[in-house]
Amino acid sequence: MIETKYIKSLAKKGERADGRALDEYRQPIEVEYGASAKNAEGSALVRIGETVVIAGVKMELGEPYSDRPDEGTIMVNVEMLPLSSPKFESGPPGIDAIELARVVDRAIRESKAIDMKGLCLVPGEKMWTVIIDIYPLNSAGNLFDASSLAAMAALKNTRLPAVVDGKIDYKHRTDEGLPLAKDALECTVYKIENSFFIDPTVEEEEAVDARLTVGVTQEGHICAMQKGGYEPLTEEDIKMMVGLAIKKTAELRKVL
Amino acid sequence: MSYDKRFDGRELNELRPIRAKTGVVKNAVGSAMFEIGKTKAIAAVYGPRELHPKHLQNPSCGRLRCNYNMLAFSGSGDRVRPGPSRRSKEISYVTELALSPVLDLSAFPKTVVDVFIELVQTDAGTRCAGICAASMALADAGFRMKDLVCAVSVGVVGDTPVVDLCYDEEAYEDGAVDIPVAMMPRSGKITLLQLDGDLSKEKFEEALSMAREACNKIYEVQKKALKERYKESSQ
Amino acid sequence: MGEILVKEKDIVAPGDIMTTGMDFIPADGAIRDGENIVAAQLGIADVKGRLVKVIPLNGVYIPKRDDIVIGRVIDMTFSSWFVNVRYAYDAVLSLKDASSDFIERGADLSAYFAIGDAVVAKVSNVNKSMAIDITMKGPGLRKLTTGTIVEITPQKIPRVVGKQGSMISMIKEHTGCQIIAAQNGRVWISGKDAKDERLAIKAIKFIEDNAHKSGLTDKVKEFLTQGASQ
Repeated sequence: MIETKYIKSLAKKGERADGRALDEYRQPIEVEYGASAKNAEGSALVRIGETVVIAGVKMELGEPYSDRPDEGTIMVNVEMLPLSSPKFESGPPGIDAIELARVVDRAIRESKAIDMKGLCLVPGEKMWTVIIDIYPLNSAGNLFDASSLAAMAALKNTRLPAVVDGKIDYKHRTDEGLPLAKDALECTVYKIENSFFIDPTVEEEEAVDARLTVGVTQEGHICAMQKGGYEPLTEEDIKMMVGLAIKKTAELRKVL
Repeated sequence: MSYDKRFDGRELNELRPIRAKTGVVKNAVGSAMFEIGKTKAIAAVYGPRELHPKHLQNPSCGRLRCNYNMLAFSGSGDRVRPGPSRRSKEISYVTELALSPVLDLSAFPKTVVDVFIELVQTDAGTRCAGICAASMALADAGFRMKDLVCAVSVGVVGDTPVVDLCYDEEAYEDGAVDIPVAMMPRSGKITLLQLDGDLSKEKFEEALSMAREACNKIYEVQKKALKERYKESSQ
Repeated sequence: MGEILVKEKDIVAPGDIMTTGMDFIPADGAIRDGENIVAAQLGIADVKGRLVKVIPLNGVYIPKRDDIVIGRVIDMTFSSWFVNVRYAYDAVLSLKDASSDFIERGADLSAYFAIGDAVVAKVSNVNKSMAIDITMKGPGLRKLTTGTIVEITPQKIPRVVGKQGSMISMIKEHTGCQIIAAQNGRVWISGKDAKDERLAIKAIKFIEDNAHKSGLTDKVKEFLTQGASQ
């Protein structure tokens, strides 16, 4: 409603509409592993405040790319379900879904969270493809962080299906997990007026000038970045936001 | 070969355990989760909203529009390619036909009420679980309804009539007949009926006769879930 | 001859049989099915004499003439504004209903109401196809320039207002905020401090979650006194 004006005027004073601190996540932050355990090789449901996101992993067998004959592949897909918000329409993924999928993908891929060589079964012939599908079930702000957390949790939850005569037997799951080398989580920092904050509500997202998503590994290294929003950021802004993101991913990591 | 002991030990007329809850999608006007055995459906209602294109608008009452979808990782076996398939479009359509008879949308001419059904995990009986969830979601949203709608798959496995088939029963190697049924529980009138299989009229009637009792059990679960949120003791 | 099968304040769901026998008459939220009166909405049973009603617990806004609504200007033409009032189709505010001032042809309409503005208006007409006209001419009707707006289920607005305004006065007193509760489920709150506004919003959401329970006024009073002291 008159939210944007209201939120901006509060932001000028470093305040937020719901009284949270600028660097405070909504509560509860919860991860439910195995939310679709029967058929998904790995799955997790994440709640951050009222935002609910579910991610699932399906494993497939395929041929490796010719330039990487001893590596597996990964694919991240996001669909903004119309079930989750009055703003989403049925149809193929729009730019919001595509950007979110690629940003979540970037952190996992560039951090080498999955040891891709560990996904190779027969060099040049057969390798595992990891497909992560992410869906908001209630879109109430901050889908970036929630999706990144859900994807990482689903990867941790994944157990490889049995392979019989070179074909997957989905009915039988082994105890073997994915070759995970690290975990990478993303925290998105938002700027309104001169305030920097995390975990926005939907109304806050609409009032935002710019945002920076930062992927961070458990060693505190940066592995991915994405700037969004129409307003520019200064170098100082960016350094601030990166520092805040590194600090806050540590908090997210605790629920993993 | 006769199928007289069910894979999961259930009685022939026994439903799988059911969990139902409303208000699970806060953004929606009404919503519900309906889980039967390992089949889990979530339904959310939005609207009444503008209906485009205009020629679809009904000048005297609102329209119901259902959208059934399976999440990519929810299916047995291979990943389900995202996007509407012919199967999901058909299910969306028969779901709309199953629910429309109970709904009174005369207060909302020219609009559409959207119900989105997502299958989070599946083990057969998905369209029925979706209809159960959707019917609860519409009631949760406060729409005028003559009754709820309950749905369950009855069928014949081997040559044994059973209620609420699971995936393994549907895939029974000696043949199975899957009969999804939806009904308005007070009157017993049927609003969805489909059949996949090969059987005699007598066997069909035997299976169908089990539907009413099964739906009545589901009805009690749905009503309890709808009222649960508003109990004095809940917050 | 007939029987009442529900107790006062029971929660009923669509299909629940509320009374049997032809003595009873269905009203809001209830329908006749042969000899029975049956609930047609999820709500609270209300049987008074022979009249059987259901008070809905949830629902969408259905515009009626004379409703006070809080709307947002979505679009405009040369001679009217389109205002979202939380219904499927936008309400129309025409030039003649916009202001007591004489507005010249060709005047810049956005000087009166610009896209994005929030207003308190009154529904002047609703026709059979649910086309809605609103007016800004009337006491208290105006553009809203400060504060924030919270949305709740329209059915709960009477509880937010209370008998003769008792509940809304209590909230205003404890928070020092100006509050307007409109029939379309929107509540405007404007106070001196964001902290006061937040307390008012929380109290209103508390009422929405607990409206069906007994002793609501006391519970809200306790909520406000606790909140004010924090």
